[in-house]
Amino acid sequence: MNWFSKFITSSIGKKLLMSLTGLFLILFLIVHLAGNLSLLSSDGGKAFNVYTDFMSNNPVIQTIAKGNYFFILLHAILGIALAVRNKQAKGGKYAVSPKNNTSWASNNMALLGTLIFAFLFMHMGHFWFQFKFGSGLPMTTIDGVEMIDAYAKVSAIMSEPIWVIAYLIGLAVLAFHLWHGFASAFQTLGLNHKKYTPIIHAVGKVFSIAVPAGFAVLPLYLYFN
Amino acid sequence: MRLTLKVWRQKNGNAKGSLETHQVEADEHMSFLEMMDVLNQQLVEDKKEPVAFEHDCREGICGSCNMVINGRPHGPMQGTTTCQLHMRHFKDGDTIVVEPWRAKAFPVIKDLVVDRSAFDRIIQSGGYVSVNTGQAPDGNSIPVEKDLSLMAMDAATCIGCGACVAACPNGSAMLFTSAKVSHLGLLPQGQVEHKKRTQSMVAQMDKEGFGMCSNVGACEVECPKEISIENIARMNRSYIGSVLSTDK
Repeated sequence: MNWFSKFITSSIGKKLLMSLTGLFLILFLIVHLAGNLSLLSSDGGKAFNVYTDFMSNNPVIQTIAKGNYFFILLHAILGIALAVRNKQAKGGKYAVSPKNNTSWASNNMALLGTLIFAFLFMHMGHFWFQFKFGSGLPMTTIDGVEMIDAYAKVSAIMSEPIWVIAYLIGLAVLAFHLWHGFASAFQTLGLNHKKYTPIIHAVGKVFSIAVPAGFAVLPLYLYFN
Repeated sequence: MRLTLKVWRQKNGNAKGSLETHQVEADEHMSFLEMMDVLNQQLVEDKKEPVAFEHDCREGICGSCNMVINGRPHGPMQGTTTCQLHMRHFKDGDTIVVEPWRAKAFPVIKDLVVDRSAFDRIIQSGGYVSVNTGQAPDGNSIPVEKDLSLMAMDAATCIGCGACVAACPNGSAMLFTSAKVSHLGLLPQGQVEHKKRTQSMVAQMDKEGFGMCSNVGACEVECPKEISIENIARMNRSYIGSVLSTDK
C-alpha cells in the first residue's frame, strides 16, 4: 500500500480527499433538505415525525450516517490542516493586499468551513444530541407506533428568535462555502471542459443559493406559524 | 511625473526587511524598470546602495522582472510583465508600493530578488522530452492535431516568472507545473514520458514546499502570459490517472 499512502499524502491526493468528501456532503445536503421539507406539510408534524423516526431507526440510514459523520470530520480536519499548511507555504503577507477579481468566498474557505463546523455543534446539540441522549423528550403515537415528537422539539427551538437568526446566519455561511466549493470540487477532480465547466459553474451557483434558501424557509415558516 | 515609491529593502535572506520611501521623477514613456533605473541612479549618486531587482530581456519573455506592484504581481495591467508595463498607466503624484514575490519556496535573496531555483528543480525532475541524438528528424514526420498543438503552445508560453506563486494566497506552484506538464504532455513527442513526468514533477513541487491549490484563480488573473487554470485540471486528472494506471 506504499503507493496509496504516497498518493493520498501528495498535494493532489489531499485535495482529492477534500473534493470527494465535499461532493458527498453536497449529496447529503440534498437528502437532508428533501426530508426536512416534510416540516412544511400542515399535518401537525405527522410527516416529519414519521420521517425522523425512519431515519433514526433504519439500519442502512444509520450506517450511512456514521459514514457521513466521518466524512464531515475528515473534510473539516483535513481542511484546517491544509489551510494551516498553505498559510505556512505563503510565508508572508504583502503590505498592499492584492486586489484581483477572485471571489471573496474562494479566499476564505477555511474561515467559512470553521464557522460551518461551529454551526454543526449548535445544530447537533439542538437535535441529534437531544434525540440520542436527552431525557424527558416529547413523545407521540402515530399509527400505533410510539415515537419521539421531533416536530414539537423543532417547533420549540424555532419559536425563539435567537435560534432562528443563528440558523439563518449558519445557512448564509453555508451558501458562501458552496459558492466556491461546488465548482471547485470538480476542478480538483480534473473535470474541466469547455462545454461542461460553464454548466457546472451555473449549477453550482444555483445550488449554493437554492439549497441554503430551501433550508432557511423552515425556521422562518415555523417561527411565523 | 512625480512619484512616491515605497520599495522593499532587505539586506539578505536572514535580515528583516522593510519598506523604504523614495521620491522619483519619471517620464510617462518609461517602462517600470526604467523608472527603477532612475531610482537606482539617484541612489548611486547619493552614495547609497541601489535597489536589487532582477531583469534580463526587458521584452517580456525571460520571466526575470518580478515585482509585486501595489499588491499585484507585474502590476495592474492584464497579461503584461513588469518590463512591458509603462509609467503612463500611473498618475502624477501616485504612491507605488513595490515588494518581492512572497512564498516560502521563493526566499528573498536581496531587496526584490527572490530565489526561484525551486522552479528549476521541478523542471529537472521531468520537464523535458528524452530524445536520442542523431540526424534531425523531418519536420512533419509526426502528425500533430492542430487544436492540440495550439493548446500545447498556449501552455508553452509560460515564462516561469512565478507570478502564479506570488499571486496565490497558498503560495502554490500548480499553474507553473501544470503549464509545463500540459505543454509537453499534449504533444505526441511528450506522450511517451507523460505519466512518469506528471508524477515526478508533482512530487518535486510538493517537496519544494509550495502550498496546495484551492482553485481561487488568482494565478490565471495575474499570469503575464494568461495561462489558464484548465491546465491545473488537466494535471489533476493526469496525476490521479497516472497513479491509478501505472505499476509504480
